[in-house]
Amino acid sequence: MQVTSSVREPLITGGKTLKDVTHDVSRQVEGKPTLGWILGLLVAVGALLLGSLALVATLWEGIGMWGLNKTIGWAWDITNFVWWVGIGHAGTLISAVLLLFRQKWRMAINRAAEAMTIFAVICAAMFPVIHMGRPWLGAYWALPLPNTFGSLWVNFNSPLLWDVFAISTYFSVSLVFWYIGLIPDFATIRDRATGLRKTIYGALSFGWDGAAKTWSRYESVALILAGLATPLVLSVHTIVSFDFATSVIPGWHTTIFPPYFVAGAIFSGFAMVLTLMIITRKVFKLEDYITIGHIELMNIVIIITGSIVGIAYITEFFIAWYSGVAAEQYAFINRAFGPYWWAYWSMMTCNVISPQLFWFKKIRTSIVATFILSLVVNIGMWFERFVIIVTSLHRDFLPSSWAMFYPTLSDIGVYLFTFGLFFTLFLLFAKFFPVINMAEVKSIVKSSSEKVNK
Amino acid sequence: MAQVSNYNLDQKFDFTASLKKTIMTVLGLGVALFAVGVITSLFGGHHDEAAEASGHAYHWYHRVFANLWINNVYFTGIAVIGVFFFAIQYAAQAGWSTGILRVMLSLGNWLPIAGVLMIVTFFVASHDLFHWTHSYLFDKNDPQYDYIIDGKGAYFYWPMEKGSFPIFFIIRMIAFFGIWVFFFNKLKNLSFAEDNLSGSHDWSNIRKWSAIFLVLFAVSSSIAAWDWIMSIDTHWFSTMFGWYVFASWFVAGLSVITLITLFLKGKGYLEMVNENHIHDLGKFVFAFSIFWTYIWFSQFLLIYYANIPEESVYFVERLQSDVYSPFIFVNLALNFVLPFLVLMTRDSKRHGVFLKVVCSLIILGHWFDFFLMVQPGTLGHNGGFGLMEIGMLLIFGSAFAFVVFKSLAGKNLVAKNHPMLEESYHHHI
Repeated sequence: MQVTSSVREPLITGGKTLKDVTHDVSRQVEGKPTLGWILGLLVAVGALLLGSLALVATLWEGIGMWGLNKTIGWAWDITNFVWWVGIGHAGTLISAVLLLFRQKWRMAINRAAEAMTIFAVICAAMFPVIHMGRPWLGAYWALPLPNTFGSLWVNFNSPLLWDVFAISTYFSVSLVFWYIGLIPDFATIRDRATGLRKTIYGALSFGWDGAAKTWSRYESVALILAGLATPLVLSVHTIVSFDFATSVIPGWHTTIFPPYFVAGAIFSGFAMVLTLMIITRKVFKLEDYITIGHIELMNIVIIITGSIVGIAYITEFFIAWYSGVAAEQYAFINRAFGPYWWAYWSMMTCNVISPQLFWFKKIRTSIVATFILSLVVNIGMWFERFVIIVTSLHRDFLPSSWAMFYPTLSDIGVYLFTFGLFFTLFLLFAKFFPVINMAEVKSIVKSSSEKVNK
Repeated sequence: MAQVSNYNLDQKFDFTASLKKTIMTVLGLGVALFAVGVITSLFGGHHDEAAEASGHAYHWYHRVFANLWINNVYFTGIAVIGVFFFAIQYAAQAGWSTGILRVMLSLGNWLPIAGVLMIVTFFVASHDLFHWTHSYLFDKNDPQYDYIIDGKGAYFYWPMEKGSFPIFFIIRMIAFFGIWVFFFNKLKNLSFAEDNLSGSHDWSNIRKWSAIFLVLFAVSSSIAAWDWIMSIDTHWFSTMFGWYVFASWFVAGLSVITLITLFLKGKGYLEMVNENHIHDLGKFVFAFSIFWTYIWFSQFLLIYYANIPEESVYFVERLQSDVYSPFIFVNLALNFVLPFLVLMTRDSKRHGVFLKVVCSLIILGHWFDFFLMVQPGTLGHNGGFGLMEIGMLLIFGSAFAFVVFKSLAGKNLVAKNHPMLEESYHHHI
């Protein structure tokens, strides 16, 4: 028997029944696309097409199209890569870690967050692949494939190679986890449909029959995948941080990087979930499922992770001074007061100062404020990676090699391409897949809806 | 919601004479072992003439000071983790743990004693524990002048002259204990006051105080780790260190909470805490043992991989020492391999016997973790794990147990008006 304390906020409002859940979520899949959705898709596909000009130019001419130079060999490419991978953390965190912590509020947002994760990881993976210059040979650089190119063999000591393994494993598990969760909901849509739609959703649902045995297997698989996904979600950003921290570059080599990158990833991931869900709940009229309570809890996660990131920034700064290592001290002073001061202070303002506004209940329960701050956090986390990567590189060990980085149109265009890809995929998902996990939400209708508490 | 339950919500722990006697026996055993350890090192110690001439001779009491410091820092951590975990339950709106809230809180009773011990030990032993307390390091005319330590001297001495009185360091120590003791008392008073009230107002009030404590704890625990431990190896630095010490404290604290809960259940108390709640505690111990290993490994790997001499010296000193290198592996075996393998299965987390063994060994294991943080920098090759270490650990352990059990006795063991108590009864996993 389940008991819910009276001090808990209801997770479902509006007195919804099981039938309402099915109807409210399936209606988007079954109805005609709305004008807003079509316009959104046009914008996303437009960005995709415009950005692909830059992508094709880069692939045709080589990565000389980018603004990289001899000193700054990594800039927007890796910044964008880490930014997208970070965003790709929230989905699996919500589904797996919050599942292990039995946080029921995850149920309304996990489906969309997982979809977002998968699309973000796809966008992230584009950058290392493009950076290979000749991606058609990329498999030889990224995987230990026997070949006749001479000395071409992967470096197992390199964290970049560990990244290939970590991210591809994470992507596979996240994809399977997401799809398995979708199966019962596809079956629900199949059962309501006729004609072609019935055939398509029937095929997608793998012949789900809803028998007790089927549900039992489904739950075992979900738990095993959650157990696998939890260490994976931590390992991915840990290894991304190793890309920098195993080096001896001042500003990159610091031991706090692994947990701090993971916290930053969760921070940016939740911000992107909020950006997307605030629009989705409004457009699809899902306010009774994704309530202000859900938004408030996500904002609390943002305060916590933002503060962890803030403590890490201050720790790095302090230890740079405390270490007595001149190069380390210079790297941090240069970050804050050198030519890239504006990037550093954008990062500090967006990531550390502005999320503290969520301590005010008025702000963290305001849709408008949350939406704005979620964008601010996403901007701040992009700057964080830019600050770490570019400001640490631009002052080389030899002052004669000091340089600045200026992005070219190709840098900007390829980034735009990933935005186009991300939103195109997300909009297609939102229209054709159930955006809320109906089966899971139904399991808490009895215990956590308004009717029970009031 | 109107569930009637037959649990005795006014149960009080009886600190029996026989339990007191057991604790006193362990204390006595600790004192005896410690005394034997001191005597052996008094008469068995070797003389290092060269060191003696330079004023750095090793004396038996150096080892006593190092032991005092290891246990002070370790048990302070366990005590503050009790308050931290209590605060987490409120901040996270956890329902499952309601039956054991008072167990978590009881650990905090050690904090005032720990604060006094810490400050007294620092005043007595600072020159033998902390290299940076020597004024010659900051004197440019002295042959032993150290420009790196001079560079960070302000962290200890500001606003006084470097090498004089470490006012900044002491103020921080007093402030951290002050904050922790204040919030412990605040949360304790609010929690016990709730027993005489009803309604959820107090729950949200405690939640608010918990959130403030967590923010302050996040900052103070890291700085405390730099102050009390990292500065022993004065040249060395690692940005991860604060979180590393926190992870070690947290697992040890969780193990102590689990052991006390199992002990109380064994005595017939806390009957609303069943194997489901024990399972959750086991999962916490399991998960955060892996978390500690993750932090340990990340710090080690990054320093090992980059191999910058200023940083790698820390691990070289330990791994290449005959005294300490075995304990690196003891540390990893007890704190990672053991809980990882034993607590993997569901059953091992639901049966008290496995948890009792694993948690006891983890408490010992994390003691070794702090042993490895403190002794190499204070005693060098003169350190080791002997009778003095075992004795001092038993003394601190039994004193800590006495304080905690004394605080549990005579008061309600269960937060009977907690709004999530009913939820906790029906917790099934």
